[in-house]
Amino acid sequence: VCIHRVRSCSSIRFIKSKYVCVFDKSALKFSHQQRLFRTSPVSCGQIVQFKLSDIGEGITEVTVKEWYVKEGDSVSQFDSICEVQSDKASVTITSRYDGVIRKLHYSIDDIAFVGKPLVDIEIDPSKGVSPEEDVVETPPMSHEEHTHQEIKGHKTLATPAVRRLAMENNIKLSEVVGTGKDNRILKEDILNYLAKQTGAILPPSPKAEIVPPLRKTEAVPAAPKDRARRVPVPVSRPIAFSGKDRTEPVTGFQKAMVKTMSAALKIPHFGYSDEIDLTQLVQLREELKPLAEIRGVKLSFMPFFIKAASLGLLQYPILNASLDESCQNVTYKASHNIGVAMDTEQGLIVPNVKNVQVCSVFDIAVELNRLQSLGSAGQLGTSDLTGGTFTLSNIGTIGGTYAKPVILPPEVAIGALGKIQVLPRFNGKGEVFKAQIMNVSWSADHRIIDGATMARFSNLWKSYLENPASMLLDLK
Amino acid sequence: MVLQSFKNCLWLSCVLRTPKACFWSTAGGGLIIQSVSNDIYQNLAVEDWIHDHMDLEKQQILFLWRNSPAVVIGRHQNPWQECNLRLLRQKNIKLARRRSGGGTVFHDLGNVNLTFFTTRKKYERMGNLKLVVKALKALRPQLDVHVTDRYDILLNKQYKISGTAAKLGRTSAYHHCTLLCNADKLVLSSVLKSPYKGLKSNATPSVPASVKNLFEEDASLTSEMLLDAIAKEYAEQHQIDHHITLINPADETLLPGINNKTKELQTWEWVYGKTPKFSISTCLNMAYKDSVLDVKVNMDVKHGRIEACNIDLPEQWLPPELCIELVKSLTGSKFCPNEITTLVTTLLRVCPQDDELHSRWSLLCENMIRLM
Repeated sequence: VCIHRVRSCSSIRFIKSKYVCVFDKSALKFSHQQRLFRTSPVSCGQIVQFKLSDIGEGITEVTVKEWYVKEGDSVSQFDSICEVQSDKASVTITSRYDGVIRKLHYSIDDIAFVGKPLVDIEIDPSKGVSPEEDVVETPPMSHEEHTHQEIKGHKTLATPAVRRLAMENNIKLSEVVGTGKDNRILKEDILNYLAKQTGAILPPSPKAEIVPPLRKTEAVPAAPKDRARRVPVPVSRPIAFSGKDRTEPVTGFQKAMVKTMSAALKIPHFGYSDEIDLTQLVQLREELKPLAEIRGVKLSFMPFFIKAASLGLLQYPILNASLDESCQNVTYKASHNIGVAMDTEQGLIVPNVKNVQVCSVFDIAVELNRLQSLGSAGQLGTSDLTGGTFTLSNIGTIGGTYAKPVILPPEVAIGALGKIQVLPRFNGKGEVFKAQIMNVSWSADHRIIDGATMARFSNLWKSYLENPASMLLDLK
Repeated sequence: MVLQSFKNCLWLSCVLRTPKACFWSTAGGGLIIQSVSNDIYQNLAVEDWIHDHMDLEKQQILFLWRNSPAVVIGRHQNPWQECNLRLLRQKNIKLARRRSGGGTVFHDLGNVNLTFFTTRKKYERMGNLKLVVKALKALRPQLDVHVTDRYDILLNKQYKISGTAAKLGRTSAYHHCTLLCNADKLVLSSVLKSPYKGLKSNATPSVPASVKNLFEEDASLTSEMLLDAIAKEYAEQHQIDHHITLINPADETLLPGINNKTKELQTWEWVYGKTPKFSISTCLNMAYKDSVLDVKVNMDVKHGRIEACNIDLPEQWLPPELCIELVKSLTGSKFCPNEITTLVTTLLRVCPQDDELHSRWSLLCENMIRLM
């Protein structure tokens, strides 16, 4: 297998002894497609030591702070390789070559020296490497070798960086008009093509485009990921869907939800729904809102819902209970710690208002304000999030009518409130009037709660809200 | 060559088509711009944008900006080591990580920021700082200000009034520095003091220094005056008009892609996730009922997430399954109080409902969260 290679290697003239000839299998496969120029030293899979170039200001050493690549990664010219720091300056080191990283000479926090090797890059065999390691990062422009990209029989000239840009935007290179030398496709051509697609006017890239010497065939052993990423572009449509599946681990808020809901599975849920006429409550709230504002508190409907629920729980305490693991004992909780489902940037959290049974509607409003501002700032404490005994979820603020809420263990009931809609209803005289209707959907643990209990609780709660004055009778 | 002139034609035709391109190209070797925004993330994004997109060969750029209260840490720093994150959250002070190196600074409207953009070859910090000193002396000749070899500017040879950091890329570079005009020193000293113990890290440490406001030296000075004086000096040295162009960091047509950059700077992954690997080894002294418990905690945090965690509790103080669950939950989670609070309170839902157990659990968790 290597015989052919040995013969060609023997004719290599080594400029510097440190260049190593690597027997690259894939280079061998395509070797017959390469046009080998004998004027420059021909090596197979040459490993070049990329040295740390001058930082400026006479700096001789830096600390390596972060690697952007690891051994075995493919890099294109101008890709970021690592971040180094020297005396308050953070420097991004970019690659001079296309190739594969073979060795990192430093670990994180090591001191790296200017002029000494930073990484070893294995360069594609057909590229001739300029023998001098000049300090300037711009690569030499004197080489006249061509890059051929065989895509379905079309020969398209483009640098690897441009090819990557095209691939990322799912552009077929054969459809792009190249304006460079020999119809070479430049970065501007890709951008112009994109602009035509999206109709956007892109500003000119003010930076002078440095055209690196074109080289290598597709022969470079591209990492398998490159092949997998090559999505076949349909011929007729100009814009193709370039979405990719993405897998992430479940952490944080999602993990919490997984735990809670998996535990909730053990609870046999039953649902009970009803419709509440909030016409009177809407009016009442309008009257009370300015009073609350004077006291510096935002008054929503929730404090009324929560207080009414607590009054209901006084009559039906089993809904404020907890069933133990073995289903042997039911604990009737003395405090009504009513949880309020809250939607934050990170996800769902359920803080609770403590001891609603001794709170006024205004107290509840104050506490809700506090929990809401802490919740949106991501600063809720453990005591705010534990000890809940009953939960209400006001999903209606986002939308929806009927829902099927999931009970949060160790509780045994939960209510989901839909949105308030203006609907036609009949009054006592048989006339149609505009009613403010909201739907409620309860879920309860059927192991200890029966339908009748839930229905009676719901009726009581409903009567308090449909006729708010009746709450006054039972307020403690 | 044919290639070169063809490219010039392309560029010119684009210039004619898009008038905003004229914004960036001025006659002369320099451009002075000032941000209309006081948002730290937007302003840092402008720096990124200029660094990534502008050709600084023909003209250098001076960028002037000020921010509402924020703490800005260097690229390779550890926020837990550098500042009081608890206090920042309470006071609603933003935390940002910049892309340049160096130490931690506190910004508010009494602090002026200057960024000098040049090509990588022309990168030279001393010259820039000398320019600033020259401008200050021109404004108030009696000011005793000078540049140290650590690239600080000292007032009266004692007090630091400016700190420096820099970022070098492939072809361009920038050097930015602060200038204390009238910042709130009380807030500054309280937020820059870290309460977190037992941290072991190779992150770049900040070097604390005594600071003073220029305002304290000369009460007639304002931030606007300083900005103007420095712009004037820059204009003179670059032989351009003393004209400051205002830019809006939210303007997507002028700075295409800027909003994405702004968003990226605000992500948790950037601000906290870029913290170099560190470990915590500390002892929680928990007062429980009549005794004090010593709980040894060891954690390894990488990319801002808990990689490994070990909690040494007295035997049977908490049921072992619960301890295992706690460690399992913590591992892989963000080292973030909000996330950990959510996780640990959730765990309480699925364990035996025992008041004693709950209070012990809450005590432990609250102490753990205080580490973050």
